[in-house]
Amino acid sequence: MVKPTEEAVVTQQEPLRKLAEVRDLNFYYGRTQALKNINMPIYEKKVTALIGPSGCGKTTLLRCFNRMHDLYPGNRYEGQILLGVDQPRNLLEMDPIEVRMQIGMVFQKPNPFPKSIYENIAYGLRVRGIKDRALLDEVVERSLRNAALWDEVKDRLKEPGTSLSGGQQQRLCIARALATDPEIILFDEPTSALDPIATVSIENLIVELKEQVTILIVTHNLQQAIRVSQFTAFMYLGELVEYNDTMSIFTKPVEQKTADYVSGRFG
Amino acid sequence: MAQDSFSVKTNLPLTLPSRTVRIWRERVIAGVLFLAAISSVLTTLVIVYILFSETVIFFEKVMEVDRVSLWEALVEFFTGTDWSPLIEPLGIGILPLLAGTLTTCFVGLCVAVPLGTIAAIYLSEFAPAKVREILKPILEILAGVPTVVYGYFALLVITPVLQKIILGVQKFLLPGRNEWDYFQLPGFNMLGAGIAVGLMVLPYVCSLVEDALQAVPLELREGSYAMGATRIQTALNVLIPAAISGIAAAYILGFSRAVGETMIVAVAAGLQPKFTFNPFEAAATTTAFIVSVSLGDLPHGSFEYQSIFAAGIMLFFATLFMNVLGYFLSRRYREVY
Repeated sequence: MVKPTEEAVVTQQEPLRKLAEVRDLNFYYGRTQALKNINMPIYEKKVTALIGPSGCGKTTLLRCFNRMHDLYPGNRYEGQILLGVDQPRNLLEMDPIEVRMQIGMVFQKPNPFPKSIYENIAYGLRVRGIKDRALLDEVVERSLRNAALWDEVKDRLKEPGTSLSGGQQQRLCIARALATDPEIILFDEPTSALDPIATVSIENLIVELKEQVTILIVTHNLQQAIRVSQFTAFMYLGELVEYNDTMSIFTKPVEQKTADYVSGRFG
Repeated sequence: MAQDSFSVKTNLPLTLPSRTVRIWRERVIAGVLFLAAISSVLTTLVIVYILFSETVIFFEKVMEVDRVSLWEALVEFFTGTDWSPLIEPLGIGILPLLAGTLTTCFVGLCVAVPLGTIAAIYLSEFAPAKVREILKPILEILAGVPTVVYGYFALLVITPVLQKIILGVQKFLLPGRNEWDYFQLPGFNMLGAGIAVGLMVLPYVCSLVEDALQAVPLELREGSYAMGATRIQTALNVLIPAAISGIAAAYILGFSRAVGETMIVAVAAGLQPKFTFNPFEAAATTTAFIVSVSLGDLPHGSFEYQSIFAAGIMLFFATLFMNVLGYFLSRRYREVY
């Protein structure tokens, strides 16, 4: 397997800053090892895509970043996920609640809470104990604008979040994740439950959002990885097979497995 | 080879009955199934019919004895505060029985709703798998205890403890009086019976609320945790609003059970109809009245006999009303997952 190369960094025009880094990460569901010795960097304000066949561990890796595995008994991490440019901290040793306050997540299926559109966005601030109405109003508007949803919902903020269409619900969930100003937003196959038109709008949104926030996205859709991401990691059977900038992964992959997968020969 | 497999096919015995026999057999089976399905509906209809017809006779007798019009009899029935159909002059106001039922139900729900909800949230969201494996069967056993046991528990344990507590509180607040100047909780009282009703309803409420919470999809739960919410924030802000229709249904079912509860109140709340909403007093509930009257020698067609149907129809309407309310509530608040 190929370790993350420094060449990938050099080929980029603009300077890259490493916001997070996965080091020697192993993860176990009970006795089954689901991730084997993962090493990869996450660059600031870039989109990193995780691709690979079903069951390869890409969603498992994604959920390590916000410690979702801690919700269920019997799961175990080894290694480090370092977050921060100057003084990196190991996410795997922090309080999970604190981790989740810095790392947002958008799920496969849109999951608005049974609350109004406004309260859905304000939820992250409310769980942090913020009650200041003016601040909440400001954050709700800013988040909805950033998620390209403001014009569609500004007159119906009091209606339930579930009254929106599927694509709108997913943008609501993105706005909800943006509201708390996270370091990284994790996307777990965010368009697999949406129709093609909604998919395009979510993809455009991801491309825009990378100006403000670092994004890690799991996708089954290789075209989507090409369209939205700057870096791609190909995973297979719990291992990171190859990591590079997206164009290199799809045009001149080093590993045979990667070449087979991106050309559609398996998976 | 082909020959062999062909011959195997033809060797299969042809036992298909004729078309007419098949059609008739299907019809008979469908008919039997229909009868089974309709039996509970028919039973309900027959019960409603008997309740209505006997209640009509009750009012006819009232009109005959008291020499009043039907309208006056109905007004007296719904607004009168004296229920004494067994002794002259007849008191036919249903309010004392309804007051007894509502008071014990209210006390019961004051116990069952908060405790049941908290226990359900604990079981569903906080309890480790092992604790849940132990607690759930215990709750289910609690639901299987015959209610007469709860009745004696109320009479022999809850009421004496309440008597001590109430006396102690009074002595603490107003010390230095004669023993008999303090308020004494009577041996039969609606408070103790209501608490026992609450304990009896608790497992149902808890189990139904827990089911409602468990039915909330995993994505919603994870979505809340992913925002940095704690377990209790998730439970209160996301899961309860998401499960509100199931929770409302659980409360209403608990209320229906409390209204229909008979043995506990007959044993522990007293058998004397009295128009009061004070839980510290003894008063008969609708069900307690029915069971106490029907236990005696009751000549068929006597006024006493008719009176239990009039009381029964009130129970019927109370539970019907609650069930309809529950139906509309759950439709009103139904969440689309």
